[in-house]
Parts: sequence; structure tokens; C-alpha cells
Amino acid sequence: MKNAVLETLRQLYPRKALLAIGAVYGALVVVVPLLNLAVPRGSVLHFSDYYVALFGKILCYAIVALAMDLIWGYTGILSLGHGLFFALGGYAMGMYLMRSIGLEGVYQSPLPDFMVFLDWKELPWYWRGSDRFWWASTLVVLAPGLLALIFGFFAFRSRIRGVYFSIMTQALTYAFMLLFFRNGTGFGGNNGFTDFKRILGLPIADPRTKVGLYVLTATVLLLALLLCRFIVRSKLGRVLTAIRDEESRLRFCGYDPVRYKLFVWTVSAVICGIAGALYVPQVGIINPSEMSPSNSIEIAIWVAIGGRGTLIGPILGAALVNGAKSWLTAAVPELWLYALGLLFILVTRFLPGGIVGSLARVSKPGGIVGTLARVSKP
Amino acid sequence: MSLLAFALTSFAASAAAAADPAIVEKLARGDASAKLEAINEALAKGDADLIPVLRALLDGRLSIAGEKQIVIEEGGALLDPITRESVTAAGELEKVSINNRVRRNLERALAALGLFVPSVSERLAAARDLQDSADEEVLPTVERALGQEKNAQVKDLLRSIQAGLMLSSPDREKRLAAIDVLRRAPSTRNKRLLLQRLGRSPSEPGVETDPAIREALERGIESIDGSLHLAEVVGWIFGGLSLGSILLLAALGLAITFGLMGVINMAHGELLMIGAYTTYVAQTVFRNHFPGAFAWYLVAAAPAAFLVAGIVGLVLERTVVRALYGRPLETLLATWGVSLLLIQSVRLLFGAQNVEVTNPVWMSGGVRVMSGLVLPYNRIAILGFAAIVLFVVWLLLTRTRLGLFVRAVMQNRTMASGLGVTTPWVDMFAFALGSGIAGLGGCALSQIGNVGPELGQGYIVDSFMVVVLGGVGQLAGTVIAAIGLGQVNKLLEPYAGAVLAKITVLVFVILFIQRRPRGLFAPRGRAAEDA
Repeated sequence: MKNAVLETLRQLYPRKALLAIGAVYGALVVVVPLLNLAVPRGSVLHFSDYYVALFGKILCYAIVALAMDLIWGYTGILSLGHGLFFALGGYAMGMYLMRSIGLEGVYQSPLPDFMVFLDWKELPWYWRGSDRFWWASTLVVLAPGLLALIFGFFAFRSRIRGVYFSIMTQALTYAFMLLFFRNGTGFGGNNGFTDFKRILGLPIADPRTKVGLYVLTATVLLLALLLCRFIVRSKLGRVLTAIRDEESRLRFCGYDPVRYKLFVWTVSAVICGIAGALYVPQVGIINPSEMSPSNSIEIAIWVAIGGRGTLIGPILGAALVNGAKSWLTAAVPELWLYALGLLFILVTRFLPGGIVGSLARVSKPGGIVGTLARVSKP
Repeated sequence: MSLLAFALTSFAASAAAAADPAIVEKLARGDASAKLEAINEALAKGDADLIPVLRALLDGRLSIAGEKQIVIEEGGALLDPITRESVTAAGELEKVSINNRVRRNLERALAALGLFVPSVSERLAAARDLQDSADEEVLPTVERALGQEKNAQVKDLLRSIQAGLMLSSPDREKRLAAIDVLRRAPSTRNKRLLLQRLGRSPSEPGVETDPAIREALERGIESIDGSLHLAEVVGWIFGGLSLGSILLLAALGLAITFGLMGVINMAHGELLMIGAYTTYVAQTVFRNHFPGAFAWYLVAAAPAAFLVAGIVGLVLERTVVRALYGRPLETLLATWGVSLLLIQSVRLLFGAQNVEVTNPVWMSGGVRVMSGLVLPYNRIAILGFAAIVLFVVWLLLTRTRLGLFVRAVMQNRTMASGLGVTTPWVDMFAFALGSGIAGLGGCALSQIGNVGPELGQGYIVDSFMVVVLGGVGQLAGTVIAAIGLGQVNKLLEPYAGAVLAKITVLVFVILFIQRRPRGLFAPRGRAAEDA
């Protein structure tokens, strides 16, 4: 069994690359929690709760970037609606967290506060069962998955491609944002969900809970990376790349691109949803602005700057851009949009391969960047 | 100097003709019943000069100084109630107190006396207020006001108030006349009045018992219903056309750039925003330097908006779009970056708050096509403006050499190039043209909505929907899509609310694309394969 796992891993990445990935993962899940929990507050080495939360948030974004790379980098479909799937996963988890507040809300009612405020007497049908963690977790997968499946089915079947598809996904997330902004939709309107108290019975504000969530996120990121690598290295992955490069020719060869696209599109959406579910308890809030078109398009730039079609690159890109964002928006807030805007222009104009893609091109074959980034022949 | 001051004050006094001293005396010194009597006298006379005194009494600013002199406190000064000259108190001030009954009557009298002031707009406002609160006691006042009213709009309103009051008159003929007047001015209020008078059955207290009049009432209600329905339908169609014209102005430029180069310019919304801000700047310049010509600032603002947005578009094409030719997805992302830069620059230049763009005088207000339906002038102006822009663009594309080249490049870039068309120049000009049209759209938008740095973001998804629905490279497709989307949106709004209407339209577009993936008017040739 153990050997089988190792064997699969060995097929995904060369030994050197596996070691590098393992080392980074180890540093993230061992060093950060130790510095946060074991080192006393006030010590120079202490890693503050703020940074644990920030790292957790960035890891969630990295998962989203991976999902985006799968669909854009490998399959050539630029989605401008991935923020929607992320937010749907977040809302599914948020429903559970809202129910877990129990009677401790402002109005001491079993209903979430915003429903009491709207004078609702009972939960809407789609909230049924949301107090159970297993159902909420199922929803995290089902909500974005089903939506992606239905939308993708219609879109791919009628061969909507390129910018048309991008625009449709943008319209989709925009429509959902408008929908969720309404109070009557039953998801808290403008304010969304917040003021969570506990998750699985654990107090959500406790640093140990936070570290636990953070470690979980890092682990999910690792698994998502391996899953995506598995997909793109499989035969199916080759078909995906073929769709990106020459879809018409692929169709003439007798393949039906619709089902391949639909599969990878749905997988990508589900990964996004899981990232959203991990994001909400760590950040403590979810509201419809997560669905705004600008959020979704920002995901594309993480992927572009890190390097499309490299899997490692988007993770790096998400970390770099969001790190810079949290630093710049605090230090010189008026410059952030300039920086982001320039990133969009300069990366697309001068760095088409992204950081990792460009490094892989200049590094020697067999070097660590090259082995991480390239999909060698199966 | 003192002579001048004297002349001024006496002029002011004569302008605000004197209030009746006897009534003022009763109001200040009389007991509650004398006060009521005075108020009724004022009402009967329709004496608008008494308004300040009545208002002062209601607000507790009417006082008696040293037990003999009546004064009004106003903005820290003491005024004589009759001459309205400023005076010094002759002794200690004692406030004139009133009871609740007097207070109620004062409020009613003030509302009714507003019908006699010189300003038309104030009379109109007073009549509107009275419409909701009128009772039989003000009927004589309303009739008196009707006798001397000159303005048609106020007159109509007064007549309908009068008719509403006359519905319960003991005189049968008067009741019939009242029903006729109300029927001719169809509004929900008048319908409600008729319904009230009709009641559920003749046995209810206070409702009409005469069967002939009951029948007249029923017919009146029916007729009002018909007119209201018609007004509603016309209102919808106009609202849809208006929204459609706005969408058209927003999407027309996009359709040209998208149709020509197959790239989606995500900064298109920001070009709208730049047009709106150019209008704002033009307005400020006119206000500060040519206040006399302020009413016509739009005549300068529209070309300026076209030029500024066009130049920005030109620069955008030369620096960003051209370099990414053949990579539509990357162009999409890069132009998104440009849009962020533009938004932030405008924010730094003009502030993050919305700026105020005022309509010129000739654009405010509206034309009353029928009772219960006023079409605002600014909407009509935009409708006309969109039609003109559309016509000019059509001329440009079909009747000029540049237009010929643009169409040629749209249909087959390689072939056009082979026949000697300098395609990069065509690209550049077409992009600048599309951007300039967006600037014109922004100029129009500034007249009906808020102008802020995020203005463009609100229109980007809508204008893409128009382009996607209409298909590329066809003006007709864009026009039909814009008007159609506008109409559908406005038709759904009353049933589903604005947000759900928008969502329904988006879903509809997504489903529509299923049937016709390339829009209403599918392009042939080069554009059919890529995109």
C-alpha cells in the first residue's frame, strides 16, 4: 500500500522535485505552528496570529490558483467566474458556521440573526440540514460542482469558446453577486455571514483552532497539487492540452472535447469551492463582494504571473501577488491598484510564460525548476 | 448712505406687501377662538402675506414685546409682522402660546395659503401637499385659488382637488360634474377617491346611494383604469427605449473594436467614465468662465468627451492592444489592467467620491404626454443623441473610405491586407473611433446617473451582453440587442424587481447563446472560426 502511494508519487514528480515540495510543505505545517503556539508572545521569533491568518488566506488563494491553472493553463479556457465557485463553497461552509452560533446570536434565536432581523419565522428549505457538518461539507462540493456542470454543459455543448466563454462566466458571477446582494435570497444580503463562534464544537477564535485550520489548508493545497498533477500527466491531460492548442483538429480526430472540458471544468470548480470553505472560517466573513467580477479576474493574474501550465507557478503567483497586496494596501493604499494594473499589462506583454515558465526555459534540463514545471512524457 | 439703506428697506417692505393688521392683532392677542376666527379670515381672503406670521405663530416665534408691540423673531433679529422691517424690542418678550386645536388649523391654513404665493413651483408644491390632506373646510379656499390661478398645471391639480371634495357634495349635479373631472384626470389618487365614494355596497355609511351616480362612478373607475394601463404600457416602452439607448451608446464602440479585432477591451467601461469626467470638467470650465453660456455646455462637452476618450483609446491601442494581437485572452487581461490604472488615476485626480454633473436647464423637467406619465427631457435627449450617434456611425462605416476599409478588415483581414489596405492603421483608427463613441456614451450617462470612478464597472457586463447577443460586425445586431435587452429589462422589472429582472436577462442571454452561439447576426468568414 505504502509502496503503491510512493510509486504514484514518483510518477508525478522526479525525486528532487518531490523533496522540494515536501520540504516547503513541512516548513509550512511544522515551523509556522511551532513559532505561533510554542514561542511566547513578544519574542522576536513569535509568529503572530495575524500572520497565521494571512498565510492561511494565501494558501486558500493558492488552491484557487491551482484550479484556475487546470482550466486556463492546461485547457485554454479562461474563466472569469472562478470567484463564484469559491464564494459558493464559502457560503456552504458559512451556513454551517451560522447554524453553529446556536442561541448565542444577538437575538438569542435558533435562526441566524439576519433572518430574525428580516422577521422570518423559519429556515428556508435550502438551509435544511445545514447544521450538520457532513451535509455542509457535501454542499461545499455539490453547490459549485452542480452549477459548473450545468453551466459548462450548455456552454461547451454549443461550442462557446475563447473570449465569449470568458464573458459568459463573468456575467454568471455578476448575476450571482446581484442575487446574493438581495436580502430575500436568504444569505444575509449585503453583510453576508459573520460573527462565527465555533466550528465542530471548537471555539473559532482560539489560536489552536486557527492553526488547525491553517495546517488543514496547507494539506489540502498539497493534495490538490498532486491531484492536478495527476490529471495533467494522465492521458486525459494530454487531451486537455490538445484542446488548448488545436481543438478543431482534436475533434476531427474523433475526440469529443465537450466531456473532457466538462470534467476538468467541474473538477476545477469543486477545488475552488473547497478552497472557499477553508477560507471562510479563517477569515471569519463571507459576503457577496467575493463574487464581484474583479475578484475573479484577479485570479487570472496570479496564474499568469506565476506561469500558466506549470501548477507550481500559480501557487507562487498567488502567494506573491497577495503578499504584495496585503503589504501595499497597508503601506501605500493608493498605489495598490496601480501596481495591480501594471502587473496585468506587463506580465501579459513581456512575461507570457510567467515567472516559473521563464525560469524553466533558462534553467538547465533536470534542474529543480524545470522538473517542477514541465510535464515530461508519460 | 443712510438714505440708501432707507430706500432699500422701504423697497423690501413694499415688495412684501403688508399683512392685514387686524388679523395680525387677533392672532397675537386674541384668545383661542379669536385666533381660529383670524385664521379662517386669512384663509377666506387668500392672503399669502400672512404666511410668515402664521408660520411664526406655529413655530413659537411670534411674541409680544412690552405688552404692546407684536414682533416676529427671525434668524436672531426681530421683525415687525406687518411691515417686515427690523425693530428693537420695546420691552420684555412674551411668547404667544397656542393650543392644539389652533395648531392643527394653523397647519391646514398654511398648506392652503401656499396656493396664493407668487412662485409657480411653490404653488404647485402647496397644491400637491393639499391633495393628500384636503378636507371640506378648505373647499372655498381651493375654489378661490382656482379663480385666480393662471398656470395650467396648478389649475388641473386644483380642479382635481376641488372635484375630490365635491364628490360628497349634497348637490347631485355637482357630484356628477366632480366624477367627470376626476375621470378626465386619471391617476391612482382619483381612482381611490371614486372607489371610496362607491364603497362596497350602497348600505355602507358615507357612500353614494343614487343608482345613476353609482353607475357613473363605476364607469369613471373603468375609464381611469384604462388610461392608467395605457400610461403604464407607454411608460414601459419608453423606459425600455431609454435604457436601450443607453446600452447602445455603451456598447456601440465595443461592438466596433470587438468586431474588428476580435479582442475584448475590458477598459471600455473606463472610456465611458472618462467621457463622463470630461463632461464634468467642461461643465466646471463653463461655470467658472462662461456662466452665460452654461446652458449649452454640453455642446462643447460632447466633442471634448469624444476626443479625450478617443485619444486614450488610441494610446491604448498603440501601446497595449497592438502588442498582443492574436492573443485575445491576454488582451482581455491587459486591458483589465489598463482599466485599473484609469480608475485609480481618476480617483487620485478627482477624488473617490462622485462628482456632480448638473443637467442644463433645458434638460431638466419633462413633457407630460398624458395624465400620470411624464417623460423626462434628459431621457428624451439621450434617445435622440443615441439616434444621431448611430446614424453618424452608420454613415461613417458605409459611406466613407475608412468605413469601407474597416468593413473589409472585419470580413477578411488577410485579403484586405493583400489588396493594399494598411490594416494596422485601420485597426488604430477603428479603435480610436470605438473609444470616442464610448466617450460620447459617458457624456450621455453623466446626465442621468452618478459620475464616479466606478461608473464604467457598472456598464461593462451589460455592454458585453449586448455585443454577445447582437453578434459582431453588424450595427443592426447591436441596435436590436440593445433595444431588446432594454425592453425586456423594463418589462420584467414591475414583476420581478430590478435585480431579478437583470438576472433573468443574463440567464436569457446565456440560453439564447445556446441557439445562436454567434449572436443574432452570425458573422461569416474569418471571425466565425476564431474568437
